[in-house]
Amino acid sequence: MNQQAISDLITKMADDELVLGHRNSEWTGLGPVMEEDIAFSSMAQDQIGHALALYRIQEEHMGGPDPDAFAFLRPAAEFKCCHLVEMPIGSYDFSLMRHFLFDHAEAVRYESLLQSEFAPLQQLARKLKGELKYHTLHADAWILQLGRAGGESYERMQAALDTCFPLACGIFEPGEADQALINDNIYPGEKVLYERWLDNIYRVLVKASLNMPDPAAITPAYGGRYGQHTPHLQPLLEEMGAVLRLDPAARW
Amino acid sequence: MYGGGYIFDEPNRKQLREEQLHDDPEKLAAFEDRITKGEKIEPGDWMPAEYRRQLIRLIEQHAHSEIIGALPEGTWITRAPGFKRKLALIAKVQDEVGHGQLLYNAAETLGKTREAMINDLLSGKSKYSNVFNYPAMTWADVTVIGFLIDAAAIVNQVANSKGSYGPYCRALERICYEESFHLKQGHDALIELATGTPVQKAMLQDALNRWWQPIMHFFGPPDKASHHSEKLMQWKVKMASNDDMRNQFLDTYVPKIWELGLSLPDPLLRKNTGTGRWEYSDPDWDLFFKVINGGGPCNQERLQVRKWAETEGRWVRKALMNNTERKAMPVA
Repeated sequence: MNQQAISDLITKMADDELVLGHRNSEWTGLGPVMEEDIAFSSMAQDQIGHALALYRIQEEHMGGPDPDAFAFLRPAAEFKCCHLVEMPIGSYDFSLMRHFLFDHAEAVRYESLLQSEFAPLQQLARKLKGELKYHTLHADAWILQLGRAGGESYERMQAALDTCFPLACGIFEPGEADQALINDNIYPGEKVLYERWLDNIYRVLVKASLNMPDPAAITPAYGGRYGQHTPHLQPLLEEMGAVLRLDPAARW
Repeated sequence: MYGGGYIFDEPNRKQLREEQLHDDPEKLAAFEDRITKGEKIEPGDWMPAEYRRQLIRLIEQHAHSEIIGALPEGTWITRAPGFKRKLALIAKVQDEVGHGQLLYNAAETLGKTREAMINDLLSGKSKYSNVFNYPAMTWADVTVIGFLIDAAAIVNQVANSKGSYGPYCRALERICYEESFHLKQGHDALIELATGTPVQKAMLQDALNRWWQPIMHFFGPPDKASHHSEKLMQWKVKMASNDDMRNQFLDTYVPKIWELGLSLPDPLLRKNTGTGRWEYSDPDWDLFFKVINGGGPCNQERLQVRKWAETEGRWVRKALMNNTERKAMPVA
């Protein structure tokens, strides 16, 4: 097995979860209804927990670094997250649409990892299956509700979809070592996941009366997997590591 | 957390006696008899108008304190140092918002809607615990809040959970259970700083110095200056006096602070072994009332955040009312 390729796959998955978990946690105290405040907190916990579980796989099975140092003190250029997760929370419409698109992408990815030949990923996928189901159930329920409500709500959700869709396509940016990972049955590769994802989100969007942009007509937001990020990532990372950097020798 | 120890009930104190006169004396006697016997009052039961009004006020203020209390700590979630602290803090703050939800539900059983309560919070008509009008300036503040403010809230909430109104007591029992975990995580994070590097120790001492007065204010003015109502005690709405709760708090937690080698900024603070009561310098009660009435460092900011959430979220709540979804498919 190509250890470096597996490690890179894990890093991009973990970085996505960490950064989106960070963003979702920013909804604390700001949700449009208290129940959504709680839901976004809950998802943020899950996502940050998934990131930790992935960094731990690297640490325990691949001789990787300590998860705290790796996650909180790494320079932005070494992050492999996609642009979608870096964007500020914006309004609830944007954050909800991002949650819908991201969690469906995560669902197909972990679903595929149930068959992975890399045992630690396969075990993690089994463990997270139940949690991920609730994320997509939550997202679908809200997308349907707000899409079908008409008026301002519909317009906001359609606009959020138009904004988020090219960013979300960037989740599936092809990796250099995809073919090696496919050959080793680690996962089926980004292209396959992308197509499954399109099918799944399309089914919900149609029911919600929302028009999915034509995938052939948009430019996916690529670059994140190769360390090219939006200007939003650097300040986020500075904030995330601010306390740890006060005294890097200390235990906190 | 966060039952503010103090019920802001001054403006209505005089009404108690007058309104009582309007209650049916037989019903009132039966009601008071039930309370004396230790029975719980439930939403559909007859209750004096003043009992209902005071409970709404109490539970509503408690609920507001939970959601406003989520803000100073919430701003540190993104900066929490390392996975362990970050995950614990998100879970904790989420619990607080959840407590708010439980308490608004409990207050709604008395006939005031959540929307009306939130509107009163935003207009300033309804208060929340004063302690959240101070800023959380460093990570050490988060540990002091998590340990000492949660501890103070538990003293208050355990007392209130023995009260007479069923839905409030049941909500509090669940809340206290979760709070005991918050206290443990706050204590753990505080010990890490207290036994850490010089930078960490200095940070923690500074936070304690700044938070001590708000903590002393937490349970409200001294009994001698507080016109607390005999009736509210008799009806088991107010369960313990401000001074008794403060003393109980000091008795349990001051030794824990001192044994970590930390100091508290009050040279007179000591336990009188003769009386068993703690002695301390009188906190600045003028400042306390100034902060309650909007003059604290963060009053404006806290309400502005809530107003942002209300304004920005209005379209979502409107869309929820306009549910055109067809529920034709069975779920399972």
